[in-house]
Amino acid sequence: MNASNSIGIVSAQHAQFDTPFACKSGAVLPSYELIYETYGTLNEDKSNAILVCHALSGHHHVAGYYADDPKNIGWWDTMIGPGKPIDTQKFFVIGLNNLGGCHGSTGPISLNPETGKPYGASFPIVTVEDWVKSQAQLADKLGINQFAAVIGGSLGGMQALQWSLAYPERVRHVLAIASAPRLTAQNIAFNDVARNAILTDPDFYGGDYYEHGVVPTRGLRLARMLGHITYLSNDAMADKFGRGLRSDKYSYSYDIDFEIESYLRYQGDKFAAYFDANSYLLMTKALDYFDPAREYNDDLNKAFAVARANFLVVSFTTDWRFAPERSRAIVKSLLHNRLKVSYAEITSTHGHDSFLMQHTHYHNVMRAYFDNIASEFTA
Amino acid sequence: MSTHNHSTLAATRPDFAAIASWIPQGASVLDLGCGDGSLLRYLQDTSKVQGYGVEISDDNIVACIQNQVNVIQGDLESGLSGFESNAFDYVILSQTLQATRHTEPLMQEMLRAGREGIVSFPNFGYWRNRMNILQGNMPVSEVLPYQWYDTPNVHLCTLIDFETFCHDNKIQILDRRVMTGDNEIKLLPNLLGSTAVYRFKRAV
Repeated sequence: MNASNSIGIVSAQHAQFDTPFACKSGAVLPSYELIYETYGTLNEDKSNAILVCHALSGHHHVAGYYADDPKNIGWWDTMIGPGKPIDTQKFFVIGLNNLGGCHGSTGPISLNPETGKPYGASFPIVTVEDWVKSQAQLADKLGINQFAAVIGGSLGGMQALQWSLAYPERVRHVLAIASAPRLTAQNIAFNDVARNAILTDPDFYGGDYYEHGVVPTRGLRLARMLGHITYLSNDAMADKFGRGLRSDKYSYSYDIDFEIESYLRYQGDKFAAYFDANSYLLMTKALDYFDPAREYNDDLNKAFAVARANFLVVSFTTDWRFAPERSRAIVKSLLHNRLKVSYAEITSTHGHDSFLMQHTHYHNVMRAYFDNIASEFTA
Repeated sequence: MSTHNHSTLAATRPDFAAIASWIPQGASVLDLGCGDGSLLRYLQDTSKVQGYGVEISDDNIVACIQNQVNVIQGDLESGLSGFESNAFDYVILSQTLQATRHTEPLMQEMLRAGREGIVSFPNFGYWRNRMNILQGNMPVSEVLPYQWYDTPNVHLCTLIDFETFCHDNKIQILDRRVMTGDNEIKLLPNLLGSTAVYRFKRAV
């Protein structure tokens, strides 16, 4: 990576909200806190703000690195920075950790002010709608009435879409990358296997493992391993690992023989070491529940009738978890409502993970679109 | 931001001006095989159309976005299932008809998604093409720039062929403009015209 076009050293900030937050489920959080980072400078009329929504395992550290941890580079640093597709010389970019997350925003590991103990199992299941509502409250606090764009990949793309439905006047452009208008049965099924891995781990204790001094590492690890399989394409896995062996002989045991086993276990271990199992459960449920057409008799066209934004929808050819046809369904409903939309189907071998990769054509599409957004407020 | 000089564009692609002359202000337009979005940009600027393009090429997707034209990446050969019936006032196929494989179903799809269709194509009956054939060679010209072995053009036709095709497929021709370069050709169009533009609808 070229360090010269990194945004450089960044630091996180906190926003505290003391008015009760009513969740879609009916639960109420008495107060909450969001952790976020910003890059670039908000212009005078506050018209250049971009909100970046994160996916299942994402967080507020989107670009740049920390002074005391220079190897900790933001998860979308390839996309955001000076001279990058989302150019921080033009835009004021906000990344946050969603409510229910485990990176500093109020979530299951936070202390419940009413009990003095971690929320654990009592933390409400929050939805994409709840996240977008809390993001709007953060925008209020930062004095941003309307975003130039809200962007996200995967679950983040669902939040971007939800912005156009919940706050049509507060977002000019919505970018939904590798996303879907709702999950398919197969996709929910993968999430449920992942959840079951966690829920049946003996160290889960019904979600209150914190007070037992343990974490359901095995379950979380399995959940992540399963996820990783679905984020890659068959071809990408074959290219990267094939049937490669760690040593040149079969072990005739259940130890690691194949490179792919080694990779998945490594990814599972790494993830289980820092991610909270309750947050993972909650995020997968938010994915499953998102379905804006549900209130409209499953008519997505009607769901998008309130939208006013311009859209860029992007999918990746080998992404079978959020397949191109799911993005095309979004496009069709946007067309039905005569909204401005462009759609790019990027040829990539990396499956669902493609949206995080540095891919020349993908980045050219993003750059061209963001240049147009910038021209609206610099012209 | 790229801006086009309209007179230059219309000169480069004389069919643009003909198409623009048929499209009323504010119409909704779908341009199939829209290339870099030049035609849509031209129609947006001159007629305030609400336009969308369909393109398959990656480079053209970027070019369309740079031209501030809505573009949907997709393959015309797999149909227009991404578009609802009667969604557009006009569906345009500009200089692409001759390169489509499934020409017949595509023409029907155009008239499903749109109220009217507009196509432009190189006239294979143009006298220079006939001369080339008489001399024993496949025509290569400004309008037909390819060699026989690398041409994307698989369904070349003459004006008469196209009009017969429309008749046989219950398509009613509403308007025709035949040109050679910038000049409109009224006399012996199938012989003297190098490019044809048609506007049509489903015959009732």
